[in-house]
Amino acid sequence: MDKNYEIVIGLEVHVELATDSKIFCHCPTLFGAPPNTQVCPVCLGLPGSLPVLNRQALVLAMRAALALESTLAEHTKFDRKNYFYPDLPKAYQISQFDQPLALGGSVEIAAPAGPKRIAITRVHMEEDAGKLIHQGAGGRLGTAGSSLVDYNRTGVPLIEIVSEPDLRSADEAYAYLIALKEILQHTGISDCNMEEGSLRCDANISVRLRGEQVLGTKAELKNMNSFKHIRSAIEYEARRQIRVLIEGGQVVQESRLWDEEKDMSYPMRSKEEAHDYRYFPEPDLPVITITAEVREAIRQSLPELPQARRQRFRQKYALNEYNAGVLISSRELADFFESMVDCQAPAQAACNWLTVELLGKLNAEGRRITQSPVSPEHLAELVRMIELGKISGKIGKKVFAEMFQSGRAPEDIVAKQGLSQISDPGVMRKMVDEVLAAHPGPTAEYRNGKTQTLGFLVGRVMQASGGQANPKLVNQILKERLG
Amino acid sequence: MPEITEETVKKIARLANLRMDPDETARFTEHLEKVLEYMRKLNQLDTTGIPQTAHVLPLQNVWREDEVLPGLDRSEALAGAPDVRDDCFRVPRIIE
Ligand SMILES: [Zn+2]
Repeated sequence: MDKNYEIVIGLEVHVELATDSKIFCHCPTLFGAPPNTQVCPVCLGLPGSLPVLNRQALVLAMRAALALESTLAEHTKFDRKNYFYPDLPKAYQISQFDQPLALGGSVEIAAPAGPKRIAITRVHMEEDAGKLIHQGAGGRLGTAGSSLVDYNRTGVPLIEIVSEPDLRSADEAYAYLIALKEILQHTGISDCNMEEGSLRCDANISVRLRGEQVLGTKAELKNMNSFKHIRSAIEYEARRQIRVLIEGGQVVQESRLWDEEKDMSYPMRSKEEAHDYRYFPEPDLPVITITAEVREAIRQSLPELPQARRQRFRQKYALNEYNAGVLISSRELADFFESMVDCQAPAQAACNWLTVELLGKLNAEGRRITQSPVSPEHLAELVRMIELGKISGKIGKKVFAEMFQSGRAPEDIVAKQGLSQISDPGVMRKMVDEVLAAHPGPTAEYRNGKTQTLGFLVGRVMQASGGQANPKLVNQILKERLG
Repeated sequence: MPEITEETVKKIARLANLRMDPDETARFTEHLEKVLEYMRKLNQLDTTGIPQTAHVLPLQNVWREDEVLPGLDRSEALAGAPDVRDDCFRVPRIIE
């Protein structure tokens, strides 16, 4: 990338709210249902139907705004955004225009050069559109012969989070998305499942000569749903614009789509008037007033945010930045870890067993932490058994493999398979005394200076323990009892 | 000085996906100008001290709980579709 140029990026992120039903009707929001089986007159836009706001969607949206340090409006309303597109059965989308839910706010990101605050412009609520399946050559818009529409997604509640143009590289944009995703997941606002399109992003990108104050002409990359693709797309787009400028050309303001297979973007063939949305207040939905009491109640209901939790993990559990980061990367993982610590597992060992052994196995099978066959209680128990010397680390891995297979408790597995290592000095002393009493000859010989008999006695104790005695301890206690 | 010209009407018609012949364009130009004229009359009212509102009804905070209820059967949902294929609404190709 040419060092004389600076890249300026602002992101518009659409996030699906974790409600059971749609934003303005009672249809379910489940992913993957057969086409057009989660629809009703409201979300199909049939004449005479009327929308009613889902309270939980509003609550989650308010929670998101506060988690992003955004200022909730006292009065907010919905507007109609008018355009014709077959994924929009009413020919308008219910969104918010001049009185959005919240204004301002910021997100701290782990930028390559250190922590950086990215300002938020606004947070507003809206409904999702349907899904278009394009038929014909290539399946791509424009070349398709006809399109099929599935309205299951229509009316799924979304928030749109608009950032200021504060991002200066594809890596910063990536870090911003990661930070945003962590906050939204930790606060239970969204599952942020990328494969299911729960988080999508439009990127406004422009470039300018370093030191220049005025923003360059921007292009908008539309509808990307993978962080990796977003990074490549921004990278590509910035390079393209810089090349245009260096060659003496001008960047055209346009919307572009990213082709992940070809690793390049291409302009959408939009008609100019498609951007004249003629917003006006939605007459079917009364205004919303958010009182100070409601605002404070929502604020109180917010759990610890990931940034604070990461700090706490580092301080309270003495974890390094990397390990704390891995655990915080998902709320379920961080919760799993804390459940282990609550069960008295030492933090560092808990972190290692969780992130290396358990995550390793889960990842290999393409499963998520929420689908783990091993519970936090059981994994904590295993870690404790190793820490207390009941089993060796090597046996621990064997036991873990069995736990992952069967979901059984480690103590159960150790007992059934007789794997425990006897390290209890009390138990050991008793065992040693019994062996000494049973072998008075060698015992007397040792006491008379024939120390070679120690080997024989160790062998007897090991035998008596069924091979589970800790040999080091056997030696130590034998010497203690014979001395 | 009229605010609504034939150009305005043509633009609105285009945005609303309406086809209009020249006669209709002329007629609607006149109609819309009359509507605006009435609005200008309303503008003469003194509204000092009256809070701005986006809604004509004195209602606020109307909502429902997040509860799933059955909607339409797929056959009902697709009954009004002009064309159906693979359980979906089929529409002419879209040029973006
Ligand atoms: Zn519905």
